[in-house]
Amino acid sequence: MAKYITKRLLYLLFSLYLIITATFFLMRLAPGNPFTGEKQLPPEIQASLNEHYGLNKPWYVQYGDYLVKIAHWDFGPSFKYNSRTVNDLINDGFPVSLFLGVEAILIALALGTLLGIIAALKHNKWQDYGAMIIAVLGISVPSFIMATVLQYFLAIKWHIFPVARWDSFMHTILPALALASTPMAFIARLTRSSMLEVLANDYIRTAKSKGLGQTAITIKHTIRNALLPVVSYMGPLSAGIVTGSFVIEKIFGIPGLGSHFVMSISNRDYTVIMGVTVFYSIILLSAILLVDIAYGFIDPRIKLTSGKKGE
Amino acid sequence: MEISKEKFQIVGTRSTEAEKISKPSLSFWKDVSIRFRKNKLAMFGVVLLILLIIMAIFGPYMTKFDYRTNNLVNTNKPPGSMHWFGTDDLGRDVFARTWQGARISLFIGIAAAAVDFFIGVFWGGLAGYKGGRIDEFMMRFADVLWGIPYLLLVILFMVVMGQSLGTMILAMTITGWINMARIVRGQVLSLKSQEYVLASKTLGAGLQRIMGKHLIPNTMGPILVTMTLTVPSAIFTEAFLSYLGLGLTPPLASWGTMASDGLPAIKYYPWRLFFPATFICLTIFAFNVIGDGLRDALDPRLRK
Amino acid sequence: MEKLLEVKNLEVSFQTYGGEVKAVRGVSFDLHKGETLAIVGESGSGKSVTSQTIMKLIPMPPGKIKGGQILFNGEDIVKKTDKQMEKIRGKEISMIFQDPMTSLNPTMKIGRQIMEVLTKHQNMSTSTAKERAVELLRLVGIPMPEKRVIQYPHEFSGGMRQRAMIAIALAANPKLLIADEPTTALDVTIQAQILELMKDLQSKMDTSIIFITHDLGVVANVADRVAVMYAGQIVEMGTVDEVFYDPRHPYTWGLLASMPSLDNDDKSELAAIPGTPPDLIHPPKGDAFAARNQYAMAIDFEEEPPMFQISETHFAKTWLLHPDAPKVEPPEAVKRRMRKLASTFEKPVLVQEGKS
Repeated sequence: MAKYITKRLLYLLFSLYLIITATFFLMRLAPGNPFTGEKQLPPEIQASLNEHYGLNKPWYVQYGDYLVKIAHWDFGPSFKYNSRTVNDLINDGFPVSLFLGVEAILIALALGTLLGIIAALKHNKWQDYGAMIIAVLGISVPSFIMATVLQYFLAIKWHIFPVARWDSFMHTILPALALASTPMAFIARLTRSSMLEVLANDYIRTAKSKGLGQTAITIKHTIRNALLPVVSYMGPLSAGIVTGSFVIEKIFGIPGLGSHFVMSISNRDYTVIMGVTVFYSIILLSAILLVDIAYGFIDPRIKLTSGKKGE
Repeated sequence: MEISKEKFQIVGTRSTEAEKISKPSLSFWKDVSIRFRKNKLAMFGVVLLILLIIMAIFGPYMTKFDYRTNNLVNTNKPPGSMHWFGTDDLGRDVFARTWQGARISLFIGIAAAAVDFFIGVFWGGLAGYKGGRIDEFMMRFADVLWGIPYLLLVILFMVVMGQSLGTMILAMTITGWINMARIVRGQVLSLKSQEYVLASKTLGAGLQRIMGKHLIPNTMGPILVTMTLTVPSAIFTEAFLSYLGLGLTPPLASWGTMASDGLPAIKYYPWRLFFPATFICLTIFAFNVIGDGLRDALDPRLRK
Repeated sequence: MEKLLEVKNLEVSFQTYGGEVKAVRGVSFDLHKGETLAIVGESGSGKSVTSQTIMKLIPMPPGKIKGGQILFNGEDIVKKTDKQMEKIRGKEISMIFQDPMTSLNPTMKIGRQIMEVLTKHQNMSTSTAKERAVELLRLVGIPMPEKRVIQYPHEFSGGMRQRAMIAIALAANPKLLIADEPTTALDVTIQAQILELMKDLQSKMDTSIIFITHDLGVVANVADRVAVMYAGQIVEMGTVDEVFYDPRHPYTWGLLASMPSLDNDDKSELAAIPGTPPDLIHPPKGDAFAARNQYAMAIDFEEEPPMFQISETHFAKTWLLHPDAPKVEPPEAVKRRMRKLASTFEKPVLVQEGKS
């Protein structure tokens, strides 16, 4: 167990190192200079800025400095807004994004598993088709379209929810729903197919031969085993929520890290793009690791000794 | 019982009969195609996709308007007999742009799937076939790359490399092939130990022959499913990038750029969002149900 | 002896893409208290479907009971609802399955899987059920049951799992135990142990057993009577002695001839039955076995043979028992074991329809 976690941690660090290195060098390839994009500054200002940010040093020194800074949880400055650092943006925006993300994950898990379970138990009946049509719609509609449509009808036209901003819990519902729609659809399909797979197992027949009723079989023997793949989907799920939040936060005017990131993209604020990317990578890779470890505790068959992932 | 005595002559086994009574064996792909065709939703997806492709090919020629000609007198016209899908804020014909966009969106999807296919089959096939340390190294490399969040990497690439069709496909495939490689490797590993491959190995068949004749045809099923599902995810990603302002630059039109241009206008000129958004959804829908149908049809556990 | 189970003219079909598979085509047999009946046949002969239909475990749809009765203690199971079946399954009738590797829930402790039966049918509290589960594990010969009871199935070997399955099946003292190829997936040495255990427990608990197998060798050890199934029908049925020492159906001959036996001298080869079982979507006209039968007569390809009675307990469904049929010699391996049994009738008697 400890050996497995150490091994996974080493992989995680190595992946992170690759990501940081890749972002660092990619950003050096970017056109223009970090302060202006393509415009030119007066040479003396340029020089003093370079001096201040250490850009006059050779690349390998800059690279080393950057690695050391990241290790100290310092994601660097913003070149567009002098007074703010990437850490400021993270401290400011991430709590908001985290709240929205967790709410969306809860919605996606609750509705998704419910739909999937109903669909599997009523396999090839109208409930199954209904649930799967909802799921296919959720997968087929890109989140920004879903969000805009939800916002237009539920907020602008029918005034059920506030249109935008981030003031009360009511403000969080619509964006969380929009953010949850795609992952919910994936979870519903995953739950359904894994339920069907479990239902076809011999041990379900054994349970039936014991005289257990449909409800007891579903609760005690089916759902638990069928939800194991859903647990392992939590990693990709959090990645989907993070990237989804870029779009959703922008549409609903939510002051989260996602909108800061999108803003930095349109401003070509390279250091912010770089810093936030690295930050997100740390969060996501840790989330995936935690999910895998949790999975090992939940599924008694898996012993976390080898590096192989149970698929 | 009135039965004539000559009926009680011993005639023995009837070999032809014995052959005939055994179930008519359907070839694997025939069986798959029968089951696929019974899946109404998947067949609906196929029809939808064929229609979309036909329109992508012929749509732009069906109207006299060009997809990139501005007409500043005729901006934001609702759909009518002149402009079937209306016009956008620069007076360009939405119908022409929609089908031009279909070409681009479908091209991106199919190109991404094709690149994933080539790299993935090569990488996964080689790793699985060679096994041992080479396999270990190749798959570890893929694991590490896989750890990088996909869309973040794509965004980074687009920011740095500029917004063109080529960079977009490159960005999408830089980690996209890994999934394919894993599937191919898994299939190759399980097939490698099977007897008919061993048999042709003993007969002295070379690497190329074994891969080409035995392994690839047998791994085709899961590969096909993965490719079918890569296309919609690429179209999805393209739309997402367009929304972030990292899409293709005008006058090029893709469904993604059209939809994100149309978003702010939803209140007053809803058709500018409606048409591209609808076709994005229909295309993703079609590919998804086809992929699902294929997966179900290929699943040997469902074979009866 | 009292009849526990009577199956009358049972017909079961499955709806598939290719058409309706008639898996069981008019099967009749009965079972007395404390008796063991073995049902023998190739895979696809309908033996498993028959046994699972008795517990109504076949998935419906695609499965469907097309006709017949299953009288258990005089009550027709075919007519019972799923709710009513819940009171019978596990309590009155229980089942052991072929593959102990997949028949236990991998994420539930063994003890809890046994306790489920006890709490459901015996109204036991959790703590009594736990004690009883330990007792049951000890009964089926699992060492250190106190420790084993809180383990998961993957921590058990195949033989141990099958013992645990037996513990589950016997937990509520059922009147009938159906064992569907319980030893097929196990090593030969373990097989013998499991069979021994089942015999031992049967004498202790006075349970009737239906033992499904494709292995005639196993049958001689455990069964009182044997029914041989082919293509969804019982083709021969009798006591173990009758089927082993005086078989009448050419299919039974084929099965016996293909069975390795220690008293065969080394020179005789094992004979295989040529061909494959028929497609049950379109069952052949006449005798289903005719095409593979070296003794087939012209009539076999035209008319389905009736059931003939050879003794009070011995039945066979073949035209060879018809008075007009020529005398044929069974294969060498079978002939060697043939002996004259006292109970045999002078002449085979045609069984009239409706009586069996």
